Amino acid sequence: MTDQTHTPAPQDEDIPSAKALPKRRLPSLIWLIPIVAALAGGWIAVHAIMQRGPTITIRFDTAEGIEAGKTKIKYKDVDIGNVTGVVLTEDRQHIKVTAQLAHATDDLLGDKTQFWVVRPRVAGGTVSGLSTLLSGAFIGIDPARKATDKRDFVGLEQAPIVTTRQAGREFVLKAQDMGSIDVGTPLFFRRVQVGEVSAYTLDKDGKGITVKAFVHAPYDQYVTSNTRFWHASGVDVSLDANGLRIETQSLASIAIGGIAFQAPPDQPVAEPAAADTQFTLAADRNSAMKEADRERAPFVLYFRESLRGLSVGAPVDFRGITIGEVKAINFEFSKEKREILMPVTIDLYPDRLRGRMRQDQPIHTPAENVRILNAMVAHGLRAQLRTGNLITGQLYIALDFMPGASKADIDWKQFPPSLPSVAGSLTQLQDTALSIAKKLDALPIESIGKNADQAMRNANKVLDNADQLVSRLKNEVTPEAQTTLKAAQDAINQAKQTLSPDAPVQQNMNDTLQEVSKAAQAFRDLSDYLSRHPDALLRGQKEDAK
Amino acid sequence: MTPRAVSAADEGLLNCHSCGLLSKNVPNAHDRCPRCGAHLHLRKPDSLARTWALLIAAFLLYIPANILPVMHTASIIYEEDDTIMSGVVYLWTSGSWPLAILVFCASVTVPLAKLIALSVLAWTAQHKSTWRQQERTRLYRLVEFVGRWSMLDIFVVTLMVGLVHFQSLATISAGPGAVAFAAVVVLTMFAAMSFDPRLIWDPEQKQDD
Repeated sequence: MTDQTHTPAPQDEDIPSAKALPKRRLPSLIWLIPIVAALAGGWIAVHAIMQRGPTITIRFDTAEGIEAGKTKIKYKDVDIGNVTGVVLTEDRQHIKVTAQLAHATDDLLGDKTQFWVVRPRVAGGTVSGLSTLLSGAFIGIDPARKATDKRDFVGLEQAPIVTTRQAGREFVLKAQDMGSIDVGTPLFFRRVQVGEVSAYTLDKDGKGITVKAFVHAPYDQYVTSNTRFWHASGVDVSLDANGLRIETQSLASIAIGGIAFQAPPDQPVAEPAAADTQFTLAADRNSAMKEADRERAPFVLYFRESLRGLSVGAPVDFRGITIGEVKAINFEFSKEKREILMPVTIDLYPDRLRGRMRQDQPIHTPAENVRILNAMVAHGLRAQLRTGNLITGQLYIALDFMPGASKADIDWKQFPPSLPSVAGSLTQLQDTALSIAKKLDALPIESIGKNADQAMRNANKVLDNADQLVSRLKNEVTPEAQTTLKAAQDAINQAKQTLSPDAPVQQNMNDTLQEVSKAAQAFRDLSDYLSRHPDALLRGQKEDAK
Repeated sequence: MTPRAVSAADEGLLNCHSCGLLSKNVPNAHDRCPRCGAHLHLRKPDSLARTWALLIAAFLLYIPANILPVMHTASIIYEEDDTIMSGVVYLWTSGSWPLAILVFCASVTVPLAKLIALSVLAWTAQHKSTWRQQERTRLYRLVEFVGRWSMLDIFVVTLMVGLVHFQSLATISAGPGAVAFAAVVVLTMFAAMSFDPRLIWDPEQKQDD
């Protein structure tokens, strides 16, 4: 622009004047740009500040999978925050995650809020968190029902099975042992999965397990006050008087175990149980259902036979219906009777003897029960040991009416009262066999043998005689017969010779016959002559009139 | 120091930008070139005010440009928002140091250097400083020259968005930071254009008089 040379300044007249236009004195519009920029920047800043939610810290045991700036906090798979920092705690025992939550998430935070790290997990037959294999772990949140200003949390190491927002009820089960239960083990109601085990703890005294089971709505209404819970884990194989029994729930529960529940089928529908009601977790369905019989009547049965094959727990059955079970088997020596008795204590469930039609009837008084039982025994109700399974030799006790049983009654004086028994079916069979053997013993087998011997000898003699007869026939009759036959043969031969064509007899016969035919010829001539000249008989032959 | 220089402005002469015609200045008026009708002015009108305005706007936008994500990467595996700085850090940690340095220079240092350099120029021009006029002029030329390279970052993002587009597998989209960054670059370019380097030398004339 500026030339450095010392040229003289150009003359004014040589340089044209610029056209003059009126000057505008307006504030420069250029200042709109920074104002707009400031507004935009300000709006972004305000927006960012507005979008900032609460800052929280969560304590975990390990920071596995958590990355500052990367890991998100998700609720129902919606991002509600970001992890901003991960540091060790002062005591170096845990890690502390600082997270910045999104705007308006304060109502999710409360005393009951739980955080956990979602990682790939296989539990209770379900696989969860597989997406985190690729995307990396995220922090899950189970929000509280009631918001407080709590901002420091202790995270769970495992995702909770049941979150507070899920509808349903939790129940407490007391079990002897865990079986194959784990957190997440399914709960079955009529083999439909309706819930899962949410937690378990070993009791402080070490004598059992307390299991918390969550049943989802609407299935929680089926947990009634009389519902029974039992282990439905795997395959339950039992070998008892009823033979081999295999009980399973479902294929899934075979693999991962399970808990089943159901109210006893023969009981009226009860009202739904309240949450946190305590139930007993039975070992299997049978024992679960057995507990339904609250009323038990103990009796004792005396047997005189071997009880091998009878076990505690064996059924007491009345025509196929189990109405009780064996509680104890003992040994007793009766001094007055001078014999060894085998007392078997049984529990009868009177409930099961009550007619279905008379469910609504008042329960009998003890006195009535005594009367009814006495009447039954008078009719022949007896206990008997029977073989339930021939292969295993298991015995069961049958109560039945035995017609022709010897008279007996119930001894109500002792406790438990004793019911009369008869010998078992096997024993009866043995008795029968014995009596047959006795009868066989009584048979005069020796004399029978002798007689048979005699008869045999006689028969031998007869046979000998026949033998002799045959030989005589052979020696005496046969030669005679042969000569006779020879003679007959000769006679026949002679006849043959006589009748042969060249035999003299034949010749003579021929000649004779020729003579006869000649004679016949002559006779025919004569008869012809006579027929023509009948007068010849009188006159004789005429001479030819020549 | 420098030899005695005569500037056109001292003589009340205007040089037309369009046709190069020299014409006399009429005071207190917007002048037009008598030959081609282009606007005439001794110095760029409101040069300092415009430079300052654009610079302030650029400064303001420089903040969101660095805070807001420039690039949004979404794939099956993860979803990520990258700011300029996180991109640099990623490149550095993944071992491509030359790239990291390049991106850092082009996207962080250069825009900031330009902003600061222009601020210095505008500031000194406003205070009629005669300090190191040669270097300041050289600095101005450098700023003008570097201007176009500051768009490198935007260029990279644009390329990525265009290239990586496997609908469901991975998509890259420009974030709000990219807009702010582009605005910063454009505004600094305008600021550099609206700054009149002759203002650097004007105080000398005044001193000489």
